[in-house]
Amino acid sequence: MMDRFVNFFTSLRLTVVCLALALALVFAGTLAQVEIGLYAAQAEYFRSFFVYWTPKGAHWRIPVLPGGWLLGLVLLVNLLAAHIKRFHFQRRKIGLILIHAGLILLLGGQFVTEIFQVESQMRIEVGDTRNYSESGRKNELAVMDVTDPDKDRVVAIAESLLAKGGEIRTPELPFRLRVEKYFPNSAPAGPMTGDSEKITASDGIGRRLMFSPRPITRGMDAVDLPTALVQVVSDKGPVGEWTVSTLFTRYPAFANLQENIGSILPDVKVAAPQTFTFNGRTYQIALRPVRYYNPYSVKLLAFNHDLYPGTEIPKNFSSKIHLTDPATGDDRDILIYMNNPLRFHGATFFQASFEPNDAGTILQVVRNPASLAPYVACSLVAVGLIVQFLIHLFAFARRRAQQTAPQPVASALSAPLLEPALAPGKRRIV
Amino acid sequence: MKKWLPLITAAVFACWFLGGFQPPKPKNGFDLAGFGRLPVLMDGRVQPLDSVARNSLLSFSGRSIVRLTNGSSLSALEWLAKTMTQPEQADHLKIFRIQHPDLEGVLGTDKIGLEYYSLNDLTHQWQSLSDQARKLLNSEGGSEDMVKLRTPFQKDLMHLFNSVMVYTRLKSCLEPEGARDFAGELELYQASIGPGRTALELSQQGKPYEKEDEQRLAAFFKRYETLSELAYPTVIPPLPGQARANWNNTGATLMETLHSGQMHPAATHYAAMAAACQSNRPAQFNQALANYRVWMQENDLYPALKKGGQEYFFNQIEPFYKSMVIYVAALLLGCVFWINMSEPVRRTGFALLVLAFVIHSLGLGFRMYLEGRPPVTNLYSSAIFIGWGACLFGIFLEKIFKGGIGLVVAGFIGFATLIIAHHLALSGDTMEMLQAVLDTNLWLATHVVVVTSGYTAMFVAGILAIIYIARGFFTRSLTPEAARTLSRMVYGIVCFATLFSFVGTILGGIWADQSWGRFWGWDPKENGALLIVLWNAIILHARWGGLIKDRGLMAMAVFGNIITSFSWFGVNMLGIGLHSYGFMDKAFPWLVGFDISQALLVALALMPLRFWASFKSAAPPAPPAGPFLPAPSPSH
Repeated sequence: MMDRFVNFFTSLRLTVVCLALALALVFAGTLAQVEIGLYAAQAEYFRSFFVYWTPKGAHWRIPVLPGGWLLGLVLLVNLLAAHIKRFHFQRRKIGLILIHAGLILLLGGQFVTEIFQVESQMRIEVGDTRNYSESGRKNELAVMDVTDPDKDRVVAIAESLLAKGGEIRTPELPFRLRVEKYFPNSAPAGPMTGDSEKITASDGIGRRLMFSPRPITRGMDAVDLPTALVQVVSDKGPVGEWTVSTLFTRYPAFANLQENIGSILPDVKVAAPQTFTFNGRTYQIALRPVRYYNPYSVKLLAFNHDLYPGTEIPKNFSSKIHLTDPATGDDRDILIYMNNPLRFHGATFFQASFEPNDAGTILQVVRNPASLAPYVACSLVAVGLIVQFLIHLFAFARRRAQQTAPQPVASALSAPLLEPALAPGKRRIV
Repeated sequence: MKKWLPLITAAVFACWFLGGFQPPKPKNGFDLAGFGRLPVLMDGRVQPLDSVARNSLLSFSGRSIVRLTNGSSLSALEWLAKTMTQPEQADHLKIFRIQHPDLEGVLGTDKIGLEYYSLNDLTHQWQSLSDQARKLLNSEGGSEDMVKLRTPFQKDLMHLFNSVMVYTRLKSCLEPEGARDFAGELELYQASIGPGRTALELSQQGKPYEKEDEQRLAAFFKRYETLSELAYPTVIPPLPGQARANWNNTGATLMETLHSGQMHPAATHYAAMAAACQSNRPAQFNQALANYRVWMQENDLYPALKKGGQEYFFNQIEPFYKSMVIYVAALLLGCVFWINMSEPVRRTGFALLVLAFVIHSLGLGFRMYLEGRPPVTNLYSSAIFIGWGACLFGIFLEKIFKGGIGLVVAGFIGFATLIIAHHLALSGDTMEMLQAVLDTNLWLATHVVVVTSGYTAMFVAGILAIIYIARGFFTRSLTPEAARTLSRMVYGIVCFATLFSFVGTILGGIWADQSWGRFWGWDPKENGALLIVLWNAIILHARWGGLIKDRGLMAMAVFGNIITSFSWFGVNMLGIGLHSYGFMDKAFPWLVGFDISQALLVALALMPLRFWASFKSAAPPAPPAGPFLPAPSPSH
């Protein structure tokens, strides 16, 4: 029994089957991007154990392909098991060992990356300073005590708690938050739009602006814009209710919203925080992209967007920033441009995008504890491949040199790879 | 004689190639070659008028010449000169290609079967066609995604619409359309500036002024304002002391003259050339041209002039077209050799292959020099590079194995990729400027070149496998010896492909990590490269494990063609992702056709041995084993 188990996990046939399934998975996952977008395709095909198929209108699903996690895991086990079982060092196998060690590191590194990598964006307008970056997809309900002019106290509540509904209690807040309504994706609505359900609040901006639900997006770069109606409740009763929406906080949604309502409600500033007082203290409430704070700050000095002369083809984007870190004493100007990111304290800042009219820059901030793994892994594999290729090449050259012999003298290495000559009349599976 | 045959044949082809080095003789006395060398700024780069002519005409009509009704033809440059200086004659030339039957139908039944139209042919329907096109543009609102959803009719309509727009702008490149003596007009304009400005100032101060002077200048200004909106490309170079990228179009330059009071010398020279062309005075034309060139040399424009001349020369010698023809010859000789096994034929083919390779390399190197870039910068150059790499493989294979196989492989891939490149060139300038993220020679030189080499190896292995299957299945020529040789070649090249695909993919990951912040993002182009790596890994492991033998290897190598074509072209057709810079859907039916043909070949490879002409005698009546049947003892 154990033998069969070991044989299964160390067999080359398992490798081939897994690789073939991986081929099918990558192909299907690529085509799926046309329909459901990159993000959803990644989640369904590559960051999953199984790829499911749901027939139209059905409420059940069946697994049709192993997902990326499962295949990666089985391949990793297969690779490790085969090497442990058969490991005996031979000089002519040094290339193969290097290749597979590199692959193990690559797969392992990607696992770590998938689990621990944090991606966020830092949007800075020219002249502004930022000490945080924002998540591209995740949101949080932030309740801030801003009474103290020197220090804000922030309580951040994950969006998933809003989705659950009901009451949210936390010892850090002297009141409870009651989620009255929650739309995972939403759009502004008017009094005349025919949506069956709308969010409208008795306090704050929600008195003037309504929101209606929208289906969850699956597009390439589309981001869901949730809205919720939150009531603040004290022991003595309701304090008030506010519409909180990422349409007020997520770029470029708030810029678009501001532009669209500009003519109807010119006095409404959507990005302005909604404020209320409770027991003599002042609070702000907002549903906003999850923020990642840095102990250092970045000021955008200038953003440049060069075009090729006489065309609209971008030649380069660059952000001149000033970095201040009180802890390390860093206080310097840095130029971030295409293919030339800033690496600082485990984070990497890339030139990703920019605001209309070049008013500001958008930097992609990536924190990946395994960022070095692919570099090391690739060097190992590349060296291994080259070594192996050279071994083959020399063997081949030797054979060529001995061509006078009636049969090619296969080197020890390629012996199992080449078949014996076909004797006439002998049956052979070609 | 037989000994000299290879040398003589190669020499004949070489002379044919070298013949292109000589500039064409002046036609009717006009120094058109000199005109074609003049540098202008278009698509963000300095290029000669000859390139403007060729690229525009190619994108309008798919051809680089204009056929006249009397059977003769005009070169692209002659056509451009006519368009710029005698637009009323150019309007008769049939340069617009229309392919969709509905669009042809709109243009009247008497034209059915004719693919090319002149602007005059379109006159009556133009209003309604351009209205339709504008409506479409409005409904799309500039959204890239909407553009991709256009129907074939809409695509053809927009192609025609854009072609006519560009044509209209080219007509106004040097002078307002319909100008008679533009040189004379500019003299009048300059003379009217002084009095006109005085009149204008007086009128602003509320003092009495010459109304006529003011009106004359206002008329000129209006005329040149319209011209500045139309004129394309930008032909007026920067003056000394101005930024080198500061080229301008004729209209804008003439409007500036109003402020500076100084006529830009280039405008005067071009006006003189245009006027001489109209009045058919070659001597004046050549003189104006020579004067302009001298002025450029004296005014810091020597680099542009040099660039124009070099690119003109490159266009003139047509290295890719000529090497393509020689590839075909080598391919044919390889096939002839397989029939008659005549060594001189093979040696002649080999000599031609080497010649084609030299010319191909020359073209590739020249392009790199002109662009200041590594060999592969876009889909077009990747096709050129794959052909070049395959030829190099072919030469090695032929040198080592001497079976005509190298000739056929290199001849076929060289020819096919250059045909593909020719069709890719129809979409416009092939030396286009690179988007910001691609503007890095380090990664273009490493990742792109290595990945493309991987494609090359995949195709070479695939074609070798096709040779194996075709010879084995249809002929009795696949001896055990030949089969073993081919199998070893395919195996070796698959190893090579694995090395290059893997290293290339990884380098791509590192590039992505440097510029986008993630090593791997499951972007379609990345996945395409990964598919090749995975497929190679499958082939090698299946082979090592004894899961496949020769025929399985061949079937898998042919299937590799499908995967490589998907990775090279297919993912771009999905129209998504960060790499979708080369979207072209005209190629889609071709890709599908190619993939079907490869699938059929795979099916052929899997046919039982008794159907194989070469193995009939060796095979038992009904072999129980398929090609994928595992061998008894797997080894790692």
